[in-house]
Amino acid sequence: MNDFSVHLPILQVVIPLLAAPFCFILRKEAVVSVFTVLVGFACFAISMDLLAQVIDGDVLVYELGDWARPWGIEYRIDILNALLLVVVSSMAAVVFIAGPGQARRAIPEGRGYLFYSAALLTLTGLLGVTITGDVFNVFVFLEISSLSSYILIALGRSRRALMAAFSYLIMGTIGATFLLIGIGLMYQMTGTLNMVDMTERLRDAEQTRTIFVALAFVVVGISVKLAVFPLHQWLPNAYSFSPPLVSAFLASTATKVAYYLLIRFCLGLFGLTLVFEVVEIDVLLLPLSVMAMFVGSIAAIYQRDFKRLLAYSSIAQVGYMTLGLSLASEAGVAAGLIHVFNHALMKGALFLVAACVTWRMGGTRLDAMKGLGRRMPVTMAAMVVGGLALVGVPGTVGFVSKWALVSAALEKDAYLLGFLVMASSLLALVYVWKLVEIVYFQEPETGIERREPPLRLLVPTWILAGASIYFGVFSDFAVDVASRAAAQIFAAGM
Amino acid sequence: MSGTPLKMRVRETVILRVVGKSVVPFILLFALYVQFHGDYGPGGGFQAGVIFAAGLILHGLIFGLDDLERAIPPIVIEVGIALGTLIYGGVGVVSMLMGGAFLDYGALNHHDPVHGQHLGIFLVEAGVGITVASVMLAIFYAFAGRSRD
Repeated sequence: MNDFSVHLPILQVVIPLLAAPFCFILRKEAVVSVFTVLVGFACFAISMDLLAQVIDGDVLVYELGDWARPWGIEYRIDILNALLLVVVSSMAAVVFIAGPGQARRAIPEGRGYLFYSAALLTLTGLLGVTITGDVFNVFVFLEISSLSSYILIALGRSRRALMAAFSYLIMGTIGATFLLIGIGLMYQMTGTLNMVDMTERLRDAEQTRTIFVALAFVVVGISVKLAVFPLHQWLPNAYSFSPPLVSAFLASTATKVAYYLLIRFCLGLFGLTLVFEVVEIDVLLLPLSVMAMFVGSIAAIYQRDFKRLLAYSSIAQVGYMTLGLSLASEAGVAAGLIHVFNHALMKGALFLVAACVTWRMGGTRLDAMKGLGRRMPVTMAAMVVGGLALVGVPGTVGFVSKWALVSAALEKDAYLLGFLVMASSLLALVYVWKLVEIVYFQEPETGIERREPPLRLLVPTWILAGASIYFGVFSDFAVDVASRAAAQIFAAGM
Repeated sequence: MSGTPLKMRVRETVILRVVGKSVVPFILLFALYVQFHGDYGPGGGFQAGVIFAAGLILHGLIFGLDDLERAIPPIVIEVGIALGTLIYGGVGVVSMLMGGAFLDYGALNHHDPVHGQHLGIFLVEAGVGITVASVMLAIFYAFAGRSRD
């Protein structure tokens, strides 16, 4: 019997994977909900352990079925994967506490366990995409996470959720197909699907048109999943019509994993020279990121629904992440990764606030939220914290991200970019202020009775809101891990 | 199924009923052959699962959904979907507990790894077969049951 901890990389994926069908057999919703939370925290514990193992620069390899590469699939964990695993599994653990909530109305009586199954499968897919060292396996796990997230989105209360899920299905499938075509072309040029082998051979390969086309397909495919402007059309509907807890989970994990893929493919597989010197992808990505920052924020200002506002704000936040990558510098990628971690915290907190509001008001229309500051003070305080983090006020995680991003821009002498980042933060201030004004300075239409949501909603909301402050003050963890991850992937991308 | 005239005729055709009744067992048997001979010849869990489900669906088409649901209740199918996946993953977990890597079938039998490989592939294919057959039937139930509610 060997030391069981060597199996942690596979357990990270297998535990939620097997927990999903297990929910089918447990069936009793009360049991399943506790079980799911336990699974979420088990995944979180494993990911923290993996991060601790790789933080000093070691790379952890796990061969499935003991088949060495190139025959078998291997899981390969460096700091970058480990950071994303921590983000995804921690968000899952926290959001699972809240349970299906509003989705319950869309689920037939006694079949609540199906929600948990779909949620666990989404988690499996996202963790699998992140952990695997095989490009085809990436596609398979991406499909697992996508298919199950379409189910989750379709569970929204209004019938428009079905349409939102369907258009996400179409866009997501196009994105995944593009990725697969790109992977196919890469396979054609290298004869391997293993990331390590592929990286080596792509560096040596002649830079033919096939590789350029592969890069184009891969980047566009991932950009659809990542909702890079102007491929973001699916996102506002998907996030605003899905059950609020699903939005909280997906907003804080799915786009982050897509961002990971973009970094992994651009820096890890294709390499810096090809991506930023030969093809010069930043010429396209940089303006699109800036556009996303502004278009997303401006659109958010005009929204009349809380969740829709948050969804448009997410598009802007994705812009900050891709801006970090398009700076083509170690500091830029580090800033992007810091923002991945921080944005997961704040957007998770805000969508959980939306879940609380839905619980109380039955919806998240801003009109209905008038005076909620007096009716749900504890919840709304969490909203203010999340909002301040979105703006980037010092003392919150948002400040840490913006600081890193602006310094990375200045390091490249891109003063205008630094200015634009700050200018778009002012736009964030506008929509956050709009929320604060409605919630605190407008008279409620119906009574001022104080009633907070149940603890199962309030606790996860405040865990994330609290973390948005904690990691804003003690920013070392995120900054340190992200910088190391960026340094490692940059060294590999040379 | 609602009793539209056409469907009634399909169900009352003697030839269909007699031929269907006599063919279905052989289809199921063939599915088992494809399943268990899949280690040595063409076939395997996926194909076997589809063939097995096809046989049952043929029965359902001829004798009606209610008849099929009496033979195989929806709850069995739901458990089957989960069970197959759990068998597949369970083999991986057991091989891990026996000291190998995940899905390292050789670890299933310490005396003779080849026997372990046999056992592993047999169980994994069985899991695939159960899940595929169940999913096929679940899809059939979902579509065929639409006209009822």
